[in-house]
Order: sequence, then structure tokens, then C-alpha cells
Amino acid sequence: MSAPTPSTARTGWILSIPALILLALGASGPLLIVVVYAFLEPGEYSGVVWNFTTEAWFRVFFERDIFDDTVSMADAHLTIFWRSVKLSVLTTLITFAIGFPTAWFIATRPAGQRALWLFLITIPFWTNLLIRTFAIMEVIRNQGLLNTALIGLGVIGEPIQILYTDTAVLIGMAYVYLPLMVLPLYAAIDRFDFRLVEAGYDLYATRWRVLRRVILPIVKPGIVAGSILVFVPSLGAYVTPRILGGGKNMMIGNFIELQFGQGRNWPLGAALSLILLAIVLVALLAYVRVTSSDRQDG
Amino acid sequence: MKRLCTTTLAAMALAGAAHAEGELNIYNWGNYTNPDLIKKFEETYDIKVTITDYDSNTTALAKVEAGGHGFDIVVPSHSYIPIYVEKGLLMKPGIPEMENYGNISDQWRNVDWDPNREYSVPWQWGTTGVAVNTSVYSGDINTSAIWLEPPAELVGKVNVVPEMQDVMNLALFYVGGEPCTTDREVLKKARDVLVAAKPNWMSMDYGMTEKLSNSDVMASVNWNGSTFRARINNPDVAYGYPKEGYPVWMDSAAILSDAQNVDNAKLFLNFIMDPENAALISAFARYANGIDGSEAFMPEDMKTAPEIVVPEELKAAGKFTGACPAEAQEFYTAIWTELQK
Repeated sequence: MSAPTPSTARTGWILSIPALILLALGASGPLLIVVVYAFLEPGEYSGVVWNFTTEAWFRVFFERDIFDDTVSMADAHLTIFWRSVKLSVLTTLITFAIGFPTAWFIATRPAGQRALWLFLITIPFWTNLLIRTFAIMEVIRNQGLLNTALIGLGVIGEPIQILYTDTAVLIGMAYVYLPLMVLPLYAAIDRFDFRLVEAGYDLYATRWRVLRRVILPIVKPGIVAGSILVFVPSLGAYVTPRILGGGKNMMIGNFIELQFGQGRNWPLGAALSLILLAIVLVALLAYVRVTSSDRQDG
Repeated sequence: MKRLCTTTLAAMALAGAAHAEGELNIYNWGNYTNPDLIKKFEETYDIKVTITDYDSNTTALAKVEAGGHGFDIVVPSHSYIPIYVEKGLLMKPGIPEMENYGNISDQWRNVDWDPNREYSVPWQWGTTGVAVNTSVYSGDINTSAIWLEPPAELVGKVNVVPEMQDVMNLALFYVGGEPCTTDREVLKKARDVLVAAKPNWMSMDYGMTEKLSNSDVMASVNWNGSTFRARINNPDVAYGYPKEGYPVWMDSAAILSDAQNVDNAKLFLNFIMDPENAALISAFARYANGIDGSEAFMPEDMKTAPEIVVPEELKAAGKFTGACPAEAQEFYTAIWTELQK
């Protein structure tokens, strides 16, 4: 193809108008509203009052002690943010630990079988997230499948309290987001040239060294993409912590919902949403850096 | 407030007659509307009814306020009716002139939140108390100590519904305060007792009808009707009215000012003030309804149910609680955040 002439460039713009409008209305518009709301005063019972203030931002990071009016770091908010980041990182690690061998297994099957295995991975997506979460609950609750089976086998005498703990949230999120880790990993491993492994062995590399110096660097973009795909939705998870965590310990998503719902403080909710967005952006920037430095090395 | 909501988010779209005369869109709490009531209304008037669920007053208010929802009828709690009215979201459909208006019990006719019932008709009323599985704990259950200072048998088996208003009000009653107080000493006491109690709780979740029935939780802050439904499945479940004080509430049906099917909505309001139809509402969700004469049409077990008939000595402890002004609300949210952090 020759370089686009001015007229084909114009056609390109015209053709992309629907997409541009959709982006402007569907993504930038709502985001703009969130930004504006974060600088307003909360309404008496819901909504906002159109007075400019940075109070919401102050409230994200600091709290005025309601009992003696002293100002300190918002300990409760930090605890909630820290729990969200911790659980999301753990979810990413768990899905990687399970997802990598799974993707490897699929990628090393004969070409004809791989579609079937990938198809099996996507089956959970056929069911609504809420229903999958309730299914997990059915498995891990005290009178549920797991505890009944373990008691029946005589492994334990009393049911283990898994439901309503951070462990339950981790199990739920790992289960829900696992396919998002497996698919990009598979895409990366699938392209991997296995002759490189043989070459590595020929050069007397140990198995560990082949994995670390040959395989991992090449499939790294897949690992990073999978990690981002798992980390980002985990961070904003709402349904899983609410249902499996028993609502005792909030994650950011639940905390934001509280502000828009029972808390009746939309500006604070908007500011918290933007903080969440900022964390995601930082993660994505890290992704861009990692993958672009790859290209320079390669 | 109330009921098991949230867990069943599926909207019940009840198929009406194939060629219905008109439509009616009702926006109501989840798992709260008797399908038989809707079917009867559809058949009587040849109107197709669509029901959409919500799980909290704030959710409903936010959606209604945003506009473009297409709902005709909403069923807010008493504390939210004045907010809807102040925002101009409800219409005065001439309820006092309606044929069945006279059926509203005296107690529920001229109420603070809607004098003379200009805007709303009673749907159901109830209380927020404690449900206890008496096979585990057989002591006094008419106290908030059940969940705020649980007896040894119940430690780690208690649930608290995550309904900020109700939970805060119960805690404030427990420490001798009043709802929506701004007295910091009292608020501090309430906070301390809540934070100290939390390690003894198993969860803060909705859906107690099922979980009490299955003995997944042994005690919970819960609504009376939900506890009633649980007891039908599990006879060990009992309902306690905290003597320190407990919230009383009423949900009322009202027509939105931007309703599209006003005439049908009026038919519906009049329809549910008929004792036989009001009894259908109660027979499903198991709360009392505020319509005189409906008892005659109710299932036998409703008339004597300890969840419905408040014991004489505990009646005075029940209090109507409104939505708090912003200042008090800020205290509530701060304590709530600390509790759930």
C-alpha cells in the first residue's frame, strides 16, 4: 500500500466518527461527570450541591476525628485501600500459579485439541458472575459441599469457617478471574518456539535456567497482560467481597458504593473512584514500560 | 430496609394477558411483591404489570431522581416519603377520595410523614429486631445484647444486616441514646460498643430468610417478616424485640410525578387498599399491612404470629425513626466506615 492520500485520510476520519462519538459519550462524558462531582458538596439526601469545594479530596486522605475535631490520616480508608491492593496482588499471584501450568498444558497439546481445551476454559463465562459467586458460596459454606465431604471422609470433625473470610474472597476472585490469566498466557506460549528450549539444553542449561532465561522472558508480555487483566478488575471487585466476604471487611468497590448509597456522599464516592482509576493507570503505565523495554532489548 | 432483598436480583417480569389494555411499572423492594396479587390485578383490569426490584431506599431514590426510569409506582419507607415529596418526585393522586381510602387503619391514616395520606397508601409495616435460633441459645432474646454483647453460645454465629440506619439506631438505643443524635458522648459509646462487638460477628449480610432457615447463622439483626418466613422453615427461629429500643417502619406505595400510566397506578393504589388484596401482600412477605379488615383474609398463622403481634410490655420500646439530617448522617457514615474497614 502506498501512503494514504489526503482523501483516504479524510475517509478514514469520517468512517471513525461513530466510534469517536461513542468514545466521547460513553467513556469521556461519564468520566468528566465523575471528575466534576468530586469537587462539589454532597446533597442533603443524595446527589450534589453545585458549590465548588475540595472537601471530598481532603476526606479521602484525612479524617477529622468526629469526637474531638483533630485531623489525622484517614486510617479506615488506608486500611480499606491496603486490603484491596493486597487481595488483588494475591489473586494475581494465585491465578498465575494455576494459570501458567494450565496455559502451558494447552499450548503443548496437539494443534487439533487446543481449541477444545480453550473452549473448556471459557465455559464459566457462560454463566452470570453473581450466579457463579453463589455457586462458590454453596461449595464453601459450613453445611456446604466441601465441609460435608471433608466431615464425611473423617478429615475434619467440625466444619471449617471459610465463608465470610478473606480466604473466601480470594477463592472467589481467583476462580472468577482465572480465565483472564490463562488466555493471554496461552497466546504467548502458543507462539513460543520450542526449539529454543532444545537449544538451551544443548548449551548445557539446567531446567530452571531454561525456564528463567529462555521461556519466561519470551512469554513475559503474556504474563504482564494476564496480570493486568486480573489485577484491575480484582481491585474494583464488588460482588465477590460483598457476598463471599460477608460484608464485614470492605474493599474499595464496596466503600465507593457505600458513599453513593447509604452514606449519601457522592463527591467522596467520586473522589474515591478517581483514586481507584489512578491506581489502575499506574499499573497500566508499568505495563507499557515493561513491554516497550522488551522491544528495545529484543 | 428489610427483607432478604439483594440476593435475588432477578426482576420478576410477570407475563400478563396477551393483549393487555395498558401497562403499569412498579418499582419495589426485592422479594416483596406477591405474584398472586399482581396476577389478580392484571386479570381484573387487563393491565400488564412489570416489577423491578431495588435493595435500598437510597438506590431507589437515586434512580428515580435521575429520571428516564419509566416507573409509575415506588414503595419508599416512611423516612423517605418526605424526601420524595420535598424533591417533587411524587404526585397527589387524590387518595382521600379513593373508594377504599376508608379501609386504612386509624393508626396509619394521619401519619407524620404523610398527613392524611395525600401521597401514599400503606403497603406493609414492621419492626427491626433480632432473630435467634433457640436451639443454640435459650436465654432472653428481647435485647440488643444478642448481637452487641453476644452470649458465649452465639459468639461467631451472629449476623448483622448491613443496613446502616437500622443498625446505628439499634446501637444508639442500646447505649441510651436517640436516633440521629449529634451528642458526641452518646455516639462515642455507640461506636465503642459496635467496634467491640464486631469480632463476635460472623458476617454482615442480607438474605437472612434462607440463612436462618438453614441454620447458617444462629442469630441476626433482622426484620420481623423475614424472621417469620424463616421460622416457618425452621421452628427453632424466634424473633426478639430489643427492650432498649427498636425501629418501627412502614413502606407505602406512591405514584411518581412523572408516571406514564397514572390512571392504572391509581387503580393499583385503590386495589391494594382492599382488605382482601392487602392480605395477599402480607401473606407473601409476612408483614402487617395497615388495612382494616385484612386480617379476615390472612393465613391463620399470621393472626397469632409473635413476629407480627408485638407483646404489650415491649410496644413502648418500638420507635419510628426518620432519615437523619446531613450532620447526623456524617457521624453515622464515619462510625459505619470504621466498623467495616
